[in-house]
Order: sequence, then C-alpha cells, then structure tokens
Amino acid sequence: MDISTKTTAPPAPAEPPAAPLKTTRGATRPGDRIFLGLSRGSGILLLVIMAAIAAFLTYRASLVLSKNDGNFLTTFEWNANNTPPVFGIAVLAFGTVVSSVIAMVIAVPIAVGIALFITHYAPKKIGGAIAYVVDLLAAVPSIVYGLWGALFLVPHLTGFYSWLNDYFGWTHVLEWQGGAPRTLLAVGILLAIMILPIITNVSREVFRQAPLMHQEAALALGATRWEVIRMAVIPFGRSGVISASMLGLGRALGETMAVATVLSPSFEINASLLDPGGGTFAQNIAAKFSEATEQGRDALIASGLVLFVITLVVNGAARAIIARRKEYSGANA
Amino acid sequence: MSNATITPQGPAADSLSAARLPRWSPYAIAVGAVAAGCAIGLGAGLDSRIQWGLIAAVLFVLGTFGIATKVEGKRQAKDRVATSVVWVSFILAVVPLVSLIFETVSRGVKVLDVFFLTHSMGVVADYEPGGGIYHAIMGTLEQVGLATVISVPIGLLTAIYLVEYGRGKLAKAVTFFVDVMTGIPSIVAGLFILSFWILILGFSYSGFAGSMALSILMIPVVVRSTEEMLKLVPNELREASLALGVPKWRTILKVVLPTSIGGITTGVMLAIARIAGETAPVLLLVWGNPLINTDPFQGPQSSLPLYIYQQYQNSGGSPAAYDRAWAAALVLIAFIMILNLVARGIARWKAPKTGR
Repeated sequence: MDISTKTTAPPAPAEPPAAPLKTTRGATRPGDRIFLGLSRGSGILLLVIMAAIAAFLTYRASLVLSKNDGNFLTTFEWNANNTPPVFGIAVLAFGTVVSSVIAMVIAVPIAVGIALFITHYAPKKIGGAIAYVVDLLAAVPSIVYGLWGALFLVPHLTGFYSWLNDYFGWTHVLEWQGGAPRTLLAVGILLAIMILPIITNVSREVFRQAPLMHQEAALALGATRWEVIRMAVIPFGRSGVISASMLGLGRALGETMAVATVLSPSFEINASLLDPGGGTFAQNIAAKFSEATEQGRDALIASGLVLFVITLVVNGAARAIIARRKEYSGANA
Repeated sequence: MSNATITPQGPAADSLSAARLPRWSPYAIAVGAVAAGCAIGLGAGLDSRIQWGLIAAVLFVLGTFGIATKVEGKRQAKDRVATSVVWVSFILAVVPLVSLIFETVSRGVKVLDVFFLTHSMGVVADYEPGGGIYHAIMGTLEQVGLATVISVPIGLLTAIYLVEYGRGKLAKAVTFFVDVMTGIPSIVAGLFILSFWILILGFSYSGFAGSMALSILMIPVVVRSTEEMLKLVPNELREASLALGVPKWRTILKVVLPTSIGGITTGVMLAIARIAGETAPVLLLVWGNPLINTDPFQGPQSSLPLYIYQQYQNSGGSPAAYDRAWAAALVLIAFIMILNLVARGIARWKAPKTGR
C-alpha cells in the first residue's frame, strides 16, 4: 500500500486515494473475514492460554495455601499430604537459585569462549561444522542428560569433590563429608553442560553481526586479535550475551528431569555445596508427585506457580533486552 | 584475520618487526603442558583424568603467557592467552558432550535389538532382564502426533496473523507472550493441564492430557519459526497476486504459504524434535504404563522419555534396567537426531528457491 501511494502521488494529496481504499477494505469478502477471524482468534487463544495458566495455578494454589500450617515462604518442610498440611518453599528456592547460579558461573564464560571460537578463531569450515554440532546438542533431551549425569558424571565427580575438599574445605562452602556427590554442585555442573548450547547459539549470532568495519579499522591500527575482540566485538555483543545468559538461566531454573535423577534432595539448607541440602522447585514436583494426595498436588501446584512467576520475569527481562537491542541496531543500519 | 596477526618471518628480524615466537610454539607448549599435567597427576596420585586435564590446561595458559611476555611483549602475550583460553574453553565443552554421545551409544547397543523394539514390559518386573520399549514408542508417537495436530494449525494461523495482518497492540502483546511462552518450564505446562483437565474437569490420566501440555510447549516454537519464514517471502509476490484481484486469504493460502512451505516444515519438525524428549509433563499427565495401550484418550500410556526415567528410578539400581534405560535413550536420541537432520536437509534443499 505504501509503495502505491508514494509512486502515484509524491506531493501532499495522499488522502483521496486512501479513502476509497479503506471503503473497499471495509466491505471485505466473506472468505477474508473468516480467515482474519481465524488467525486473529488463534493469536487471542495464545493470550487466553497464558492467562489460564496463571489463573488455574493460582486458583488451585489458593485452595491449599489457606490450610497451610507452616509458612509458605520460610518453612523447611514438605509434608503437604498431612492434615493440616505443613510445607514451605524456602529450601526449594535456595536450591533452585544456587544450582542455577553455579550453572551460570560455569556456562557463561565457556559459552562465550565457544561462540568467539566459532566466529573469530576457528577456520570457517570447522566453525560451521562446530556450530552445526552445537545446534544438534541443543536438541538432546534433558532426560538423557539426566541419565548420563546420574550414571556417568556423578561417579566421576568423587575425585573432584575430594580435591575441592582438600584444598578449599576451609571455606566451608566446599567442605565434603564424603557422601555420594549427588548435591547442588553436581547439579550445577550438569545444568551448565545443558545450557551451554543455547547460550552459545545466541551469543554466536550476536558476535557474527558485529560490524566488520570496526574490526578491520582496529586491525589497521595494529590491534591484536584479542584487542579487536575486546574493542569491537564484545561491546557490540554485550547485551546479546546478557540476554542469552538469561535465556539459559530460565532453562536452568525450570529444568526438571536432569535434576530429579542426579540430586538426592534433603529438606535442610547446608552451607556446603558438596553436602546434601536443598532441592529445586521442578525436582520436588517430579519427586513428590506420585505419592501426593489431591491436597498434596495443590501444594506442588503452588510451588509450580512460584517457579512460573520467576521464569516469566527472567524470560521477560531477557526478551526486553533483545527487543531494545533490535530497535537500536535497526536505527543504526 | 589470521594473516594480520601472524606476519611472515624472515630469519633476520629488522627494527620494524618485533621478535616473534615460531609458529609451532603453541603446539610445543601444549605438549609440554600435557606432559607436565600427567606427571603431576601421577606424582600426586590423582585418580581422575579430568584433574590431569585441568592441570594441563592451567599450565598451558600460564606457560603461554610467561613465554610470550618474555619474547614478544605484553600485548602479544595477552592475545596468545586469549587464544588459548578460547581453545581451552572449547575443548572443555566438547569433552562432556562427546562423552554423553559415546556413553549413550556404547551402553545403549547392549540390549538394543528387534526383540527390544517389539515387546513391552508387560510380564517383566523392572529389575529383571528382558522386556522392551514397544509400548513406549507407540505412546511417544501418538502423544507427539496429537500435539502436532493441535499445535500446527494454531501456530500457523498465529504466525499468519502476526505477519500478514498484525498491527497495533494485540499483535505486540501476542509477539511478547509467544516469546515468554517459549520459556515456560515444561513442568509448569504439565501442572497447568493437571489443574485444569484432571483436578477441575475430573478426567483421568491419558496420552491426550500429555499431548495438550506438549502442545503448549510446541505452539510458540512453531509460531516463531513460521513467522521468520513468512517474513522471507518477497512482498512482490503478494502484491502481484493482490493486483490480479485475488482475495487476501487466497493469496496467503496459494502464494505465501507454498513459497515458504519448506522452511515451515523445517520449523515444525524441529519443534517435534524438541517436544519428543519432554519428560516432565508426561510424568504428571500420562502416568506411565508397562502394558501396550494404543488408545491415547483412555487410560495411562508410556513414552520413551518417561520409560527412561522410570527404568532409572524404580528399578533399585538393577543393571538390566539401566541397560534398558540406555538403549531407550539411544533410540530417543536417534529419533530426534534423524528429525533434526531431515529438517535441516529440507531447509537446505528448499533454500535456494526463496533466497534467490
């Protein structure tokens, strides 16, 4: 439409052609109206689903929260099948946050490294092949990571745990009593491996779009490759890396099966990451679900609602950063 | 870019070119670091090879920095360290991923045969050897199929709305919430269907309940990829069709969709690959069933990811169950990888026609 008005009437009178166009559009053919209705309807359906998720979870949660004998936020217990039920999410929130933070601390630098490797260090063909493999790895289901984590990673972590205990045990954070290494640190390491592909993929796309002119200008001034990356690539890609990390964080927060297979949960908070202590929201739901009564399920739904809100905030923030960056680079181009 | 940093070396360095390490120096340092790492590992009696590797990696980075500072100066040294850090991080990441694939394949082939693929767990207790995954394969195919049938029309129509019609607040809201929906944890989608379908409406566990949760996860992926593909269709095609007096809906159905069908197929297949491995909603809604149940609307079913989880969790550590879990994992990964490869193949095969 824009093109036709531009070419036919370069000066002011753009309104006369616009008016008849609008009237013809108003009297659309029935097929058009049905099709528009269908497609708009499915768009609205998505909004309805989102609203329904929030509404139904809140409703079921409210049924049990009023009966809760403990404090939902501070109780260190999960006996939701009792009458009256006693349950609280303190331990779950602690475990979820700690394991995700460990995962982020490990995964983000490595993912940025791989992304830079693909875009700026590896020969072009190898870089493409690696990018392809990383794409495929993003598709490996979480239950397979969980199986691998429980049967391969955990037995191989005992050496690492005792090493940490020997050299860093004095911090109390990395103290180990010698139990099976199915603790928050192991979960964090496994989550890091799982979210590597997604962070790598998004960062890679951002680094690839870094303006070539800036990089060449830096090279022409005698910068080394690292200085080019520091001055011309990373400043450009910073917001992209942040949002990629938050997407990864969202995934780590909500990860269920890998945590459920690896972690041996306990309803206490332990200062040491190497000793049992803490669970995660998703893991607790999966573990407690099969023996939960209807009231117990409502309690699990209440904890799921908290997880839903947290991931909503994290993902919304990540998307907002991406959207702002898009506008910015669009104005630039 | 590599030409810029590695300048050709003459034997006699003049005043214009600074001293340089020879080209083979990174390899020499790497070999030295690995040797030293192994020596330290052996000497200190460390059992885990991972520790040996870590020590070698640290030694490599330190060695590179030290030698390069001495010969070439600080800026070049930093550059070399950055290069080696990037390489090390790449290798560090590849090790677990390769190990994952290797373990799954090597442990999975043990019990994987035709019997395993064509029998259920009906008369086999979880700790005994024998049994198979036929019921799980059927369950996965039916649940994923139903989810696809639900989500593809909704996803396609939403994408069409966003690209062809969408202006104003509604379209913006839909775009934003599609993005947010992509990040919903699968277990939350499962809890939603649980609260709505099972607890409030009073239906029982079934494959269909699982498919509804799966389609909540699948719809945003389909919308996103379809949207990208529709945006690639050149506007000239739409304008030519509209100029001939074809109604807009026919233009979309007969011109826009056929042009982008390759990319849309790819997107749908990738979405299927994503939901085929989802365990959490299936665990909550389909419940699991050792018997063959081919009716997704009636009674509990099983599915491949759920089967893996239950073989791991309920068997009390029996090796036979672990073997079955690995074999099922291998089948699942193979299924997903084949979907991925075919999808990418379609994308590549269709790409030149639209990208001209």
